[in-house]
Amino acid sequence: MKPLLEVKNLHTHFLTDDGLVKAVGGISYDLHEGETLGLVGESGCGKSVSALSILRLIPNPPGKVVEGEVFFEGRDLMKVSEDEIREVRGNKIAMIFQEPMTSLNPVLTIGYQIAEPLTLHKGLSKEESWKEAGELLTKVQIPEAAARLRAYPHLFSGGMRQRVMIAMGLGCNPKLIIADEPTTALDVTIQAQLLELMKGLTRDFGTALIIITHNLGVVARYADRVNVMYAGRIVEKGSAKEIYGDPRHPYTIGLMASVPRLDMDVKKKLIPIEGQPPDLLHIPAGCAFRPRCNYAVEKCQEVIPELTTLADKHEVACWVDVRRN
Amino acid sequence: MTTATMEGTEPRRLSQVGFKAIVRALLKHKLSRVGLVIIVLLFSMAIFAPVLAPYHPNEQDLYSVLQGPTKKHWLGTDNVGRDLLSRVIYGARLSMSVGVVATAFSATIGVIVGLIAGYKGGWIDQIIMRITDTFMVIPGLVFVLVMASALGPGIKNVVIAIILFTWPGFARIIRGQVLSVRELPYVEAARASGSSGLRIMFKHLLPNSLAPVIVASALSLGAAVGIEAGAAFLGVGVQPPTASWGKALRTGYSYLERVPLFSIAPGLLITAAVLSFTLVGDGLRDALDPRLRGEGKKIK
Repeated sequence: MKPLLEVKNLHTHFLTDDGLVKAVGGISYDLHEGETLGLVGESGCGKSVSALSILRLIPNPPGKVVEGEVFFEGRDLMKVSEDEIREVRGNKIAMIFQEPMTSLNPVLTIGYQIAEPLTLHKGLSKEESWKEAGELLTKVQIPEAAARLRAYPHLFSGGMRQRVMIAMGLGCNPKLIIADEPTTALDVTIQAQLLELMKGLTRDFGTALIIITHNLGVVARYADRVNVMYAGRIVEKGSAKEIYGDPRHPYTIGLMASVPRLDMDVKKKLIPIEGQPPDLLHIPAGCAFRPRCNYAVEKCQEVIPELTTLADKHEVACWVDVRRN
Repeated sequence: MTTATMEGTEPRRLSQVGFKAIVRALLKHKLSRVGLVIIVLLFSMAIFAPVLAPYHPNEQDLYSVLQGPTKKHWLGTDNVGRDLLSRVIYGARLSMSVGVVATAFSATIGVIVGLIAGYKGGWIDQIIMRITDTFMVIPGLVFVLVMASALGPGIKNVVIAIILFTWPGFARIIRGQVLSVRELPYVEAARASGSSGLRIMFKHLLPNSLAPVIVASALSLGAAVGIEAGAAFLGVGVQPPTASWGKALRTGYSYLERVPLFSIAPGLLITAAVLSFTLVGDGLRDALDPRLRGEGKKIK
C-alpha cells in the first residue's frame, strides 16, 4: 500500500543574525493511513519545525524549506500553489498546538472557532456548521455542548480548551492530524484523558496521527512507530516496541536511561545524558551526538552516519554497533 | 437556543460580560462619568438643536445688537443681532459632526493601513511607516492652514486636513498591536486550519488589536473639535453665516469688554467638549485594561 505521507530529505533552515540555523537537516519518513507516529527528541531538535514544514507554515523570513519533498496523497506539498496548500491545511491535515491557553482566539466564541474550518472547507452553511460544531463538542466529551458553543475561551479550563482544539482538528475529517506537544501544558490526569480521547477518535475516524513530544511515556503508550530526532536529523526509527525494547542509537539509549521506569529499582539513580544540547549554529562535523556519546569512535568525527536498516523497519544512524560494547 | 445551566454558569450571559464590565468600569471612574454626561449633553444639543434653540441661528434682531443677557436673549446677542444661545446650540452641531466624521474616517483609514503594515511586515511595512512619519512631523494646525491655502477655506477642507493628520496615529497604534498579536498561537492555529490572509487580518488580528484604537478615537474626537474651532478662529474653517464656536469666539473677542459672554460662552463649550472627550478617553483606557478595571472588591 502506498503511504499517506512521504517525507523525503526535508531540509528547513533559518537565517538569523548569528548565522544559518539548520533546524531540520534532511529527514525522511513515511506514514500510512491510520498509523500513529511519535516524533521524539529534546527541545530544539527540530520536531516542531519539521511538522510545520509539512504544511509550509514556516514564516519566511527567517525560515525556509530549502530542500526536500513531502508527498501527501500523491502531490508534493512543497510544490503546490498557495491556494492548494490552504485547501489541505485544516481540511486534509489538521494541526493541534501545544498551548491550549493561547491557541484559541479570545474574542470569538468557541462555536464560531469550531465552525470556521467547516464553512471554509466543507462549504457548510452557518446553521449546519454550528450544529456540527455542537456534535463535535459532544464527541470530545464536553457536557452541555449546545450551550457552550456560545461561550468564550476564557470560560474554559486548559483541558477543555485542548478538547476544543481537538474538536477543531477533527472537524473536517482530516486524513492526518499533527499534534504538537498536545498535552505539555496540562496536568497529568488530564493528559491521560486527552490522549485516550485523541487515540480513540483517530481510531474511529481512521485518521493518521503524528504526536510530537518529549514525553517518552506518551510515545510508548500511543505510538505505533517512533522517530527519534537529534539536532535536526532522525537518528533512529522503528516500531515503538523496537525503540523501547531494543534501542540501538546511543542517544536513544541515553534517553531511555534518563527516565524513571516502574520496573526499575527505586534506589537506582537515573543516568542523565552528559553535556549540552547541540548548538544548531555550530553543528560539529560528523555525528552531531559525538561530543556527548560514550561509544564514539574516530570515524564519528568525520562522516555523518546515515540511517541503516537493522531489522524490518528498524533503522539507526550510528557507526557503532552498541550491542558489541 | 437552549439555556442550559451547569454548575451555576450560563455561558450565554457570561459571554456578554466584557462589554458590560467596560461600561460599568467607565461609570465607576468619576471623572469619565462627568465627561460622559457632558458628551451626552453636547450630542443632544447637536441633534435637537432646532427644538432647543429659541431662534433660528441666522435670524437677526437688529434692534438688539451686542446685548448682554436679557429675558428675550438669554445669553445676549452678537454684533449683527443674532441670538447667542441659538448660535451656540447650532455650533454644537458643527463641532460634533466634524469630530465624528473626521475621527470615523481617520480611524478607518488608519486601522486598515496599520493592519496591512503590521500583518505584511517587511518592505510594505517600511514604506507605510515612512509615509506615516511624513504626515506626523507636520503639526495639525499648520496642516489645516496649508490645506486651506492650497484648496481654499471651508469646512470640507478642514475635515480632510484633520483626517490626513490623524490617521497615521491610528495606523501606528494598530500596527504595534498587530505585531504582537500576530505572533500568538491562535493566529498560527488559524493559518494551520487554512484561513486566508484576509480572514486572519479581519477575524483574528483586528478584533484583538482594537482596544487602544477605541481609546485613541475618544481622544481624537476631542482633538478634532479643538482643531475645527482653531481653524474657524483663524478664519480658514467654516464660512459665515454657519454657526460655529470657533468663529463666535473670534468675533466675540473684538467685543470682549462690551459683551464678554459673546466669546466666553463658545470658549467654555469648546473647553468642555475637548476636556470631556479626553476624560472619557482616559476612563476607557483604564476600563479596557483588566488590571486597572478594579473588578471585584478589595478584601479588608
